[in-house]
Amino acid sequence: MTETPALSVRNLRVEFPTRRGTLAAVDDVSFDIAPGEVLGIVGESGAGKSLTGTAIIGLLEPPGRVAGGEIRLNGQRIDNLSREAMRPIRGKRIGMVFQDPLTSLNPLYRVGEQIIETIRTHLPMTEREARARAIELLIEVGIQGAERRIDSYPHEFSGGMRQRVVLALALCAEPELIIADEPTTALDVSIQAQIIQLLKRLCRERGTAVMLITHDMGVIAETANRVAVMYAGRIAEIGPVREVIQSAHHPYTRGLMGAIPSIEGTGDRLTQIPGSMPRLTAIPKGCAFNPRCPHAFDRCRVERPDLMPVDHSLAACWLVAPVSAEPPR
Amino acid sequence: MSTDDHGLPAAQSTNPIRPPARSLASRFFDSDLWYSFRSSRLVVLAGIVTLLMVGAALLAPVIAPHDPYDLRALNLMDSDLPPAWVKGGDPRFLLGTDDQGRDILSTILYGTRSSIAISVLAVFLAIGIGVSLGLVAGYFGGIVDTIIMRIADVKLTFPAILVALLINGIAQTLFRGRLGGAEFWILVLSIGLSFWVQYARTVRGMTLVEKNKEYVQAARLIGMSRTAIMFKHVLPNVLSPVLVIGTINLALAIITEATLSFLGVGLPPTEPSLGTMIQIGNKYLFSGSWWMVAFPGLTLAVLVLAVNLLGDWLRDALNPKLR
Amino acid sequence: MLAFTIRRIFEAAIVMLTVALMAFVLFRFVGDPVNQMVGQDTTLAEREELRERLGLNDPVIVQFGRFIWNAARYDFGISYQVKRPVTSLIAERFPATFELAVTAALFAVLLGIPMGVYTGIHRDSWLSKLFLSVSLIGISLPTFLIGILLIYVFAVQLGVLPSFGRGEVIRIGGWTTGFLTASGLKALILPAITLGLFQMTLVTRLVRSQMLEVLRTDYIKFARARGLSDRAVNFGHALKNTLIPVITIIGLQLGAIIAFAIITETVFQWPGMGLMFIQAVQNADIPVMSAYLMLVAFLFVLINLIVDLLYVWIDPRVRIYGREA
Repeated sequence: MTETPALSVRNLRVEFPTRRGTLAAVDDVSFDIAPGEVLGIVGESGAGKSLTGTAIIGLLEPPGRVAGGEIRLNGQRIDNLSREAMRPIRGKRIGMVFQDPLTSLNPLYRVGEQIIETIRTHLPMTEREARARAIELLIEVGIQGAERRIDSYPHEFSGGMRQRVVLALALCAEPELIIADEPTTALDVSIQAQIIQLLKRLCRERGTAVMLITHDMGVIAETANRVAVMYAGRIAEIGPVREVIQSAHHPYTRGLMGAIPSIEGTGDRLTQIPGSMPRLTAIPKGCAFNPRCPHAFDRCRVERPDLMPVDHSLAACWLVAPVSAEPPR
Repeated sequence: MSTDDHGLPAAQSTNPIRPPARSLASRFFDSDLWYSFRSSRLVVLAGIVTLLMVGAALLAPVIAPHDPYDLRALNLMDSDLPPAWVKGGDPRFLLGTDDQGRDILSTILYGTRSSIAISVLAVFLAIGIGVSLGLVAGYFGGIVDTIIMRIADVKLTFPAILVALLINGIAQTLFRGRLGGAEFWILVLSIGLSFWVQYARTVRGMTLVEKNKEYVQAARLIGMSRTAIMFKHVLPNVLSPVLVIGTINLALAIITEATLSFLGVGLPPTEPSLGTMIQIGNKYLFSGSWWMVAFPGLTLAVLVLAVNLLGDWLRDALNPKLR
Repeated sequence: MLAFTIRRIFEAAIVMLTVALMAFVLFRFVGDPVNQMVGQDTTLAEREELRERLGLNDPVIVQFGRFIWNAARYDFGISYQVKRPVTSLIAERFPATFELAVTAALFAVLLGIPMGVYTGIHRDSWLSKLFLSVSLIGISLPTFLIGILLIYVFAVQLGVLPSFGRGEVIRIGGWTTGFLTASGLKALILPAITLGLFQMTLVTRLVRSQMLEVLRTDYIKFARARGLSDRAVNFGHALKNTLIPVITIIGLQLGAIIAFAIITETVFQWPGMGLMFIQAVQNADIPVMSAYLMLVAFLFVLINLIVDLLYVWIDPRVRIYGREA
């Protein structure tokens, strides 16, 4: 990749000091997203995917903090910006979509007021211009009768419609990156596909990079160009979506894939990974996945694997380590 | 504080590893409750102060240098003496004396004793009434529920102090002149009856939630009686909010008792109470006898503050769904 | 909306009827009205005649009806103690209590809301901690103690403010006001602070906890993610959502202020309804007690009704439900 990535994350570490010691909720996470590319981030609850997104947009709640690494937006470093310097980036250059459209909008303000407010925060527009743009946006995200609906309150929209409004809000200042945190989880299955298609289309048209956080491999398979699998705060595997889905290198990814019905219907039974992800307070030594891994061997229990290239992917698993690689003493 | 309070998404702790079974004591000392208690010096201080004051009140007959009930021991020559360290003070009366020549320190000890006794009994009465009515209303629903909650609504129309005043006024009228020592119980009754609504509402709300949970349904299926289900299954679940409201109410009850006594409708002047002492002292404020108000006032404020601090801490630590 | 209003008014009427029943029972059965009204040397025949004239021999339900009818026409009988119509007693006393309560409420709200908002936004600043400590002390100090303390400092020691009474008042029609004279305003300061302090701490703590709750919501997080300024987030979004439940409780507290005025009026010998009520309790003056009871309930129900309707006006969600209901 020669062009500057829209988003570049290097060795990101997010820590929470607690009374039982400091917890690394996100540990040594690195990835790039090219303009117009959709990177899916998958993992179980608590794997650190949402926190990664929150850290990028600079909204970690204290005492959580970015303890290390670098975040660059089109080459500009943003992780060390002050609160005031970060604010014009949020909403303008990075848009965000949250899980629950029911609670993402302030119930006391008309949707138009909320869109216009956002537009005028970031773009030098008059109230009239902003309103015209808001209506355009609403039409673009597929709200019927936008001129009228702009003056409705959030509770007067259905869940799917509200998520469209939220999308319009995220896109209203033409951001370079959209972070979509479980954008469809709270929606009806029938509406999920529409929203995903809409997100995909809007971002492709604009060349917006998308970081799509979800635990739903189906959504990833349909939308993402590449996918990163997170486990216990670290990336277990990252690679092109086809390769990761069809021939995953990390046993955890294979387990995750086993947990969704295969599209080809190869006859494999739906498998499930035994056990559950460790708590941050009790991450096992070596590879964090080793207690649940069917292939774990001695090295996995003592030494933590870093991401290693394999085919077009990177995987943090000793199984894919080049045979020649010597285990350090 | 638990990790969740730090803004860590709840999802971080969705996979609890069950701690191995340990003794109740060691579990308590490792709990977040105990940790949050230990971690705030102020709360520890409040706990110690509360214990000391309750202890001193209980031991009043033993540790008080004088007996304020013993009218024969009073000497008007000793009246209106300032504290011992002030010029004109008498070393026999550390905190001075009141207009009757009663030792302020002893009277405070006895007064705190009545204040605490009345307040604790009143809170228990309120809990008893409120929890039973709440359980009944929530569990049986229908017309019973409607009636109980309507009464609660009407009761809510009047602030506790007004209800207490009214009940007190009625009792005073009914037993005019024949009260003979019943003031104590009238106070308990009037304060207790003015506090029950909050328990009833909380317990009713929680009962409605619990009632529909599977274990209660299951208990019903295996033929447990409604009463048994209520007491064995629903009641334990409402205890923690009741404990929190109870602690906060205790502070309020102490204030209410003192207020009623101050207004002259509480304990009679011959029976020491913090409120009565302040009422008497108030009359002498302009003549410069500040100690008659200052010491009982300080005692009252410190006691209420300590109990309030404990209540605040309990509420934050247990964080039950109040309201 | 109309249906909602009608339902609320109906509910309010039921509460008032219940209170009236209580007041009636109090009036009729706690102590014998006749015994209270006549002297020791009144003959039995005279008593019986008075009983008949007062209608005390009619069926209870008729008496209750008459009680309600009279109350609705603002007639609560004659005070046992001072032998004057309760209504005129109240009319004399009401302005004092009203002015005190309004001043105290303004004091509580105008200081309590900003303090609550500040402590909610700047959770860890030292000023917040100071405010919270003050508020904890505020709710731990009984009202009468605060009053005594203020009297001691400002009246006894400094001698700058009066310790009792309303000062000079001006009569305007049937109303007396202390707002228009210097001594009236000076006399108002200490009682208003005493009465308002507890309510202020309550408002502060309430606004703070509500603010904290709102600041944790998704729409606030989303508002931040949209890049809105802190000002827009805190004051544009969070404050409005915070104030909605706060309005309800402040409304309820207004009723409480009137009741709490009993204590403040006693401490400051403020010639209002509270002082009248406490004297009635001490003297078993039942007509005054029951009239006061009904009046406080009426004010309370009225405030509640206004708050409910205000709520519908502010919150678009309720507006919808209200329409449906």
